[in-house]
Amino acid sequence: MGKKKVEGVKVGWQTFDHVADIGIRGVGKSCEEAFENGAKALFSLLVEDTSKISCTLDRHIQCESFDLTGLFVAWINSLIAKADIEEMVFWKFEVRIQELSLSATASGEKWQREKHGRGIEVKGATFTEARVEKINGLWIAQCVVDV
Amino acid sequence: MESAKLNKVAKCIWQIPKSGQMKVPGYIFADKVLLSEMDDKVFTQLTNVACLPGIVKAAMAMPDAHWGYGFPIGGVAAFDPDEGGVISVGGVGYDISCGVRCHSLDMKKEEVMPVLPELMDELFRSIPAGVGSTGKIRLTASKLDDVLRHGAQWAVDHGYGNEHELEYIEEHGRIKDADPGKVSSMAKERQKKQIGTLGSGNHYLEIQYVDEVFDRETATAFGLNEGCVVISIHCGSRALGHQIGTDYLQVLGAAAKKYQIPIRERELVCAPIKSKEGMDYFKAVGCGINCALANRQVLGHLTRQVVRKILPKASCRLIYDVSHNTCKVEKHKVNDKMHKLYVHRKGATRAFGPGHKELPRQYREVGQPLFIGGTMGTCSFILAGTDRGEELAWSSACHGAGRSMSRRAALKRWKGKAVINSLKAKGIILKAASLRGAAEEAPEAYKDVERVVETTNESGLAKKVARLKPLGVIKG
Repeated sequence: MGKKKVEGVKVGWQTFDHVADIGIRGVGKSCEEAFENGAKALFSLLVEDTSKISCTLDRHIQCESFDLTGLFVAWINSLIAKADIEEMVFWKFEVRIQELSLSATASGEKWQREKHGRGIEVKGATFTEARVEKINGLWIAQCVVDV
Repeated sequence: MESAKLNKVAKCIWQIPKSGQMKVPGYIFADKVLLSEMDDKVFTQLTNVACLPGIVKAAMAMPDAHWGYGFPIGGVAAFDPDEGGVISVGGVGYDISCGVRCHSLDMKKEEVMPVLPELMDELFRSIPAGVGSTGKIRLTASKLDDVLRHGAQWAVDHGYGNEHELEYIEEHGRIKDADPGKVSSMAKERQKKQIGTLGSGNHYLEIQYVDEVFDRETATAFGLNEGCVVISIHCGSRALGHQIGTDYLQVLGAAAKKYQIPIRERELVCAPIKSKEGMDYFKAVGCGINCALANRQVLGHLTRQVVRKILPKASCRLIYDVSHNTCKVEKHKVNDKMHKLYVHRKGATRAFGPGHKELPRQYREVGQPLFIGGTMGTCSFILAGTDRGEELAWSSACHGAGRSMSRRAALKRWKGKAVINSLKAKGIILKAASLRGAAEEAPEAYKDVERVVETTNESGLAKKVARLKPLGVIKG
C-alpha cells in the first residue's frame, strides 16, 4: 500500500477476509484511482508474482452500470472476462469515469505460467461487501470475488 | 448463530418463525454444534429468501450452510409459477451446476497402491487444472451451442464416454429447456477452450477408497464394498456459468424493479418465472447445467483413458453424477397434490428417494447416490436419498464440509509445500497446479464433514452409506 493513511486505509490495493471467498479493495485519491487499484488487487489473486507482468499490450475496456458500486463490480467482471478470453494478465490501468460509464485502458501481456506463476481462478465479482465511497478525502472501491 | 431466536421442531431441525414480510418460515438443519458455528448471515439470508414471492412451504438451509450471495450456500427453496413464484440468480450462484461425479474402478486398494504414484502423475498430465488452463477441445460458436443444447449427450456423441452412462447423470445428462440464444456471446467466447478442464478453488479430482460401509444393501446396489477404489471429480460449468450469473444479475436486477419485487440483498435479484426475463434466465441456466454436465463427462472420459492405460483391468464405471448449484423444474407434493415447482439448490445436492422414476433401475430401491466432499486430508462420504428427504426439503441434502477459515487466513497459516508434505506423511499424494491453491485448501481450513453428514443422516435428509478416504488428490 502507498503513503496516505485514512482510518488505517492507505492509497493502494489490498485483499480482505471473507469466510469462503476473498475480498479485493482499491484505495485512491480519486474514484478512478480506487478502481485502478482494485484491479491490481484482482490480479494479485490471479498470478503468483505480479512484479513480473510487463505492460506491453493495451486493451480497451468499457462498461456501464446503474450506480458506482455496480460500476466497480462491472469493471472487475470485465477484466476477468478480458483476461480469460485473451489469456492475458494486466498490471497498469487508466480508468476514466463519466457519470456511470467507464472507459479504461488495461496494459499487460499474455499469461505465461513459468514467468508469472499460477494464482487462483476468480469466477466473478459479487455485490457482497461491495461499495464505492469517499471517506476523509480518499476513495475506496471494494467487493468480494467468488473463487 | 444463537438458538434462542429459533424453535427446535425435531431432532436437528430448527425453525425461524414466520414474521414481518416472510411468506413462509425458515428451517435450518443442524445439530447444536453446527448451529452455534453457523454464521448469523445464514439467518438473515434465509429470512430474506422466505420473503420472496411464490415461495412454497419454507426457505431451508442444509447442515453445511454458510454465508452466500443472496441465498446462503446450502440454501434450498421452491417456487410455484402459478402463485407468482420467482427465479433468482442468488439461488443458483456463479458456478452453475458445479457438482461431483464418482467412478468406481471396481478394484481393491491393494491392487491400485503399487501404481498410485504413476497413476497420479499421468492424471495430473492429462487433466487440465488451475487458472489459465485450457482443454484440448476447441469449439466454434455453433459447436458450443450444441454443447449447451445437448450436455453430456454431446460429449458421448463425440466419443467421450458411453451412451449407457447418461442414465447415471441427473436429467440423463441433458436439460431439455436450455436455449443457447439466451446466453451472451461473451459467456460463449470465454468457454470455447474450457470444455474438459477442472478449474481451481475447491475443485478437485480425488482417488479414494471405501474406508467403511454403513448401509450394506445400498452400498451393494452402488457396487461398493470396503477397500474398493473410486475416483471423484468435482467441477462445474467453468467460465460460461460464471458469465451467465454475472450477465443475469443485471437483467434480473432491472426485472425486479420492473415487477416491483422488493429485494433485500442485491444478489437476491429475481423475476417472476412466468415473465420473459425469468424464462430467459431459466433457459440460460439450462445451458450452464448442460455445459457442466458435458465438462464432467469429458473429464470422466479423460480419467478413464488414463486409468485403463495404467490399470487395464479397472472398470472406471460411473456410479452417478450430481449437481449442486441449480434451478430445476420438479414435481413435488404440496397439500397432497403434485405441483410443478422451480426448485433452487444453491450449494445443495438433489437427493431423490427410493422409487423415483428418474433413477437408474438398480438404484431405484435404495435412492439416489450423493457424494459429499470433505477435505483432501480427511474423508468424504457417499449418501443416498430418502423418502423423508422429499417430505422435509424437496429431496435435497448437504453438499460438502464448508470452510471454517478464510482463504487469506489459511494462506497466512500454511505454505503450499508444507500442505503437500503433511499430506504425504499421511500417505496422500497431492498434485497442485498452484501452491497458493494448496495452502488455501488445507484440510484444517474446513469444517468437520463427519458432523455435517451425521446431521444429514440424523435429520433424515439423506442416509449415510459409506465413508471414503483419500489416496491421491489433484487440485487446480
